[in-house]
Amino acid sequence: MTIQEIQNDLIDEFSMFDDWMERYEYMIELGKSLPLIDEELKTEDKLIKGCQSRVWLNAEIKDDKVVFTADSDAVITKGIIAILIRAFSNQKPEDIIEADTKFIDEIGLKEHLSPTRANGLVSMVKQLKLYAVAYQAQLKN
Amino acid sequence: MGTINPIAEIIEMAHKKGAAVLVDGAQSCSHIKPDLQALDVDFYVTSAHKMCGPTGVGMLFGKEEWLNKLPPYQGGGEMIAEVTFAKTTYAGLPHKFEAGTPNIAGGIAFGAAIDYLNSIGFNEIDAHEHELLKYATEQLTTIEGLKIYGTGVDKTSVISFNIEGIHPYDIGTIVDKLGIAVRTGHHCAQPIMDYYKIPGTVRASFAFYNTKEEVDTLVKAVKKAKKMLT
Repeated sequence: MTIQEIQNDLIDEFSMFDDWMERYEYMIELGKSLPLIDEELKTEDKLIKGCQSRVWLNAEIKDDKVVFTADSDAVITKGIIAILIRAFSNQKPEDIIEADTKFIDEIGLKEHLSPTRANGLVSMVKQLKLYAVAYQAQLKN
Repeated sequence: MGTINPIAEIIEMAHKKGAAVLVDGAQSCSHIKPDLQALDVDFYVTSAHKMCGPTGVGMLFGKEEWLNKLPPYQGGGEMIAEVTFAKTTYAGLPHKFEAGTPNIAGGIAFGAAIDYLNSIGFNEIDAHEHELLKYATEQLTTIEGLKIYGTGVDKTSVISFNIEGIHPYDIGTIVDKLGIAVRTGHHCAQPIMDYYKIPGTVRASFAFYNTKEEVDTLVKAVKKAKKMLT
């Protein structure tokens, strides 16, 4: 599936809920399916800066595609990073770099977060894209 | 944590050793009216926005002898008496510390905010906030697994807490959506978080404009969050 197709799926899934409470419950559920980062990789340098709770993110390259794993000590944050990983993992670096992130607004993720928390979300997206940029450079060499 | 520190004793002890004392009253001064002369404090600072005033303006009180000794921290218009190539003489107090065009609107609004608080009365504010604190403490402690940090007898109307096994951020997010604004995180006080070995706390603050009904909403929201997150 392309990033766009996955994002459309996510928008569809979240549009099924009438209120934000159900969306949060679903988000927490999605957090449980997050591909977890190895415990030994939960180091300072894997932490995403700008998040209120701790979020570790790792990326590896497999068959020219970037595979992300992550974890967080807060369950809602875990849900948010799970959504982002579902949208961006297992894709080619250039596709990750070029992908737009409008689905975040369409799901209504950002408007339900306080400004500090929304900044954390922006940091997560930035970190995912930075990994893609780094791997694209590596693959070109 | 809301603990009221014994600043009168601290100031007295410091003075005996010849040390000057600066009290940061930013958190307390919307709850406790300081008597600066009785405290005999050398410096006292506070921030307008903590007292229903505008942002970006605050207050520094200093004993005249100290302020005369201190050099200006910034240069600009209105803060000089005379300037020649040989020397510069600074203007008297308070102009020496108020270089350039001041935040005029901010200063006036700060004054109006203090007048407003005085018109309500600090004794009334204190009585109301303590009632809310007592009520909220009683109600919140009925929630199983909830732990309050800061249980001093002498405390202002804030409650920092956590629920066992739940990240404070998660509680804050859910409570926020139910219409209650709380602060979550380490509150820029990491050493005390390290002491308790926690990532942060949820902190509810009560002011003179809050009501018991709002405390009920908070307690209901925390219960709902606990249910969702465990």
